[in-house]
Amino acid sequence: MTTHAPARIDLAPAVWRALGSVRDPELDESITDLRFVQECAVAGDEVIVVLRLPTYFCAPNFAYLMVADAADAVRAVPGVRTARVTLADHFASDEINAGVAAGDGFSASFPGLADPDAVDLADLRLRFQRKAHAAAQELVADGLLRGGRTLDDLLATTLADLEETAALARLQRRRADLGLPADPSAPLLLETDGTPMRADGLPLKLRLARTTRVSIEGNGIFCRGLLATRYGERAVS
Amino acid sequence: MYSKDGENYFIVDSHIHFWDGSPSNQRNRYGEGFTNCFFDYHRNLSPEEYVWSLEKFGRYTEQDLMTDLFQDGYVDTAIFQPTYLTDFYVNGFNTTERNGALVEKHPDKLIVNGAFDPRDGEGGLEALERLHERWNLKGVKLYTAEWKGESKGWKLSDPWAYRYLEKCQELGIRNIHVHKGPTIYPLNRDAFDVADVDDVATAFPELRFIIEHVGLPRLEDFCWIATQEPNVYGGLAVAMPFIHSRPRYFAQIIGELLYWLDDNRLTFASDYAIWHPKWLVEQFVDFQIPEDMQSEYGVLTTDVKKKILGLNAARLYDLEVPAGCGLSVPAEPVAGETVGAGPVPVAGQ
Repeated sequence: MTTHAPARIDLAPAVWRALGSVRDPELDESITDLRFVQECAVAGDEVIVVLRLPTYFCAPNFAYLMVADAADAVRAVPGVRTARVTLADHFASDEINAGVAAGDGFSASFPGLADPDAVDLADLRLRFQRKAHAAAQELVADGLLRGGRTLDDLLATTLADLEETAALARLQRRRADLGLPADPSAPLLLETDGTPMRADGLPLKLRLARTTRVSIEGNGIFCRGLLATRYGERAVS
Repeated sequence: MYSKDGENYFIVDSHIHFWDGSPSNQRNRYGEGFTNCFFDYHRNLSPEEYVWSLEKFGRYTEQDLMTDLFQDGYVDTAIFQPTYLTDFYVNGFNTTERNGALVEKHPDKLIVNGAFDPRDGEGGLEALERLHERWNLKGVKLYTAEWKGESKGWKLSDPWAYRYLEKCQELGIRNIHVHKGPTIYPLNRDAFDVADVDDVATAFPELRFIIEHVGLPRLEDFCWIATQEPNVYGGLAVAMPFIHSRPRYFAQIIGELLYWLDDNRLTFASDYAIWHPKWLVEQFVDFQIPEDMQSEYGVLTTDVKKKILGLNAARLYDLEVPAGCGLSVPAEPVAGETVGAGPVPVAGQ
């Protein structure tokens, strides 16, 4: 079998970067930042990745998405010939690992326990992508409001009007996930379907988006704490 | 009763357990995993001096419970919320019967709730009646993520669940505690969803739906539903202990809840034995929203703390509040209140 990269090139950095692009759908953070990667071993063009989660009973749907996304991301790295990505220490490890290895999809991995139309958990993913977008958008808007802008100002603001901050970069990535306009001329405030927001009902929408952001950030805090309790504070090599 | 700075607080711990999660009662690896999962919650968020060994955590004594809650923990009345989990534990994890034995010994301090599982069909309806006859139930605890053979969970909006809720209404069991917390199962279907609460809260306006763990990890979904349904309440078990290690996050949770609901619909709970009520009560009474967050969330007044710590649950369970607690039991919220309990504060307005 031919490979696209000479065996001498160390693929590990590229594999790690690829894993960094995989996010926990609910926490909206990368699995490498969250320290969910327990092992990442690269030998030539073969990669073995083991993921771990904060509790034994983490929701299997989210777990499946992360394992499947990690497998896709690693396999897409140029030069990688085989990649085996598994989940350790979880009540549904066996089903998830077998399903991801075979590319079966979620519902086929849990016969009788998941809706047949939830094959790739598209609805679940979309729901959390929308929440992540609302939270990221609110974060940028909140910064502007605190800086003295009014709600009317916000309605007239486009991405081009904004400073390049981490919050803006985050928002642009969340837009890209959903296929929403993320170019400089796009309005800052978009509904989940991509239409520009209007003044009507805006304060309540922003308020709910803030609650969503509080919730997402808090879940990240909780999961980090539980992971440290479960596996100890030591860093992953 | 807890007293501090001349104020008396009537304490109702509205979510406690007397469980047996020990290895001898674990039916399989799921039971072991469940106990360990709770133990990690306990270790993660408790102050160091309150952390037990796994052995004690798995199976503590009746004396531990009585001492921790009533001698050291300031609790006046505590409410058992059973969680059977008979697929995981040989004799069940925390059953009405096991809890009820303690209630018979200490009826002045303890209340036991029942439980039902709509998958038990007609027979379960009769069993619920028998539980009610024996324990004079004022509430039930529902665990929609419970496994039962091939089934890995159910929904409040399932047709059979409606039958059971009708039965509760008929029997006068008005307090329906629903666990909507960190997900277990059933897989994709309703693992994270509090939408079924919305459905039944509208269909059963006479019942009160106390959502345990305030919907965490989906606080926003819970808030959105609770703000529209006056008979939806928030139980603070699992949210409370952040007060110690993550006080700013705790301030955000309480601030959000007080905004979307109001101070009449939140109930204190330790989730004992996951956490000890003593430090939760002490720290909550001492707690204030950090100054730089007060423009957003306001301040926690003594009255709000009194309601959350005991008076709200006292209303739900018809408990007599001793004189000298400084505030009468608040009125029950009524339908017709608007979305969002207060004006909508966004920065810049």
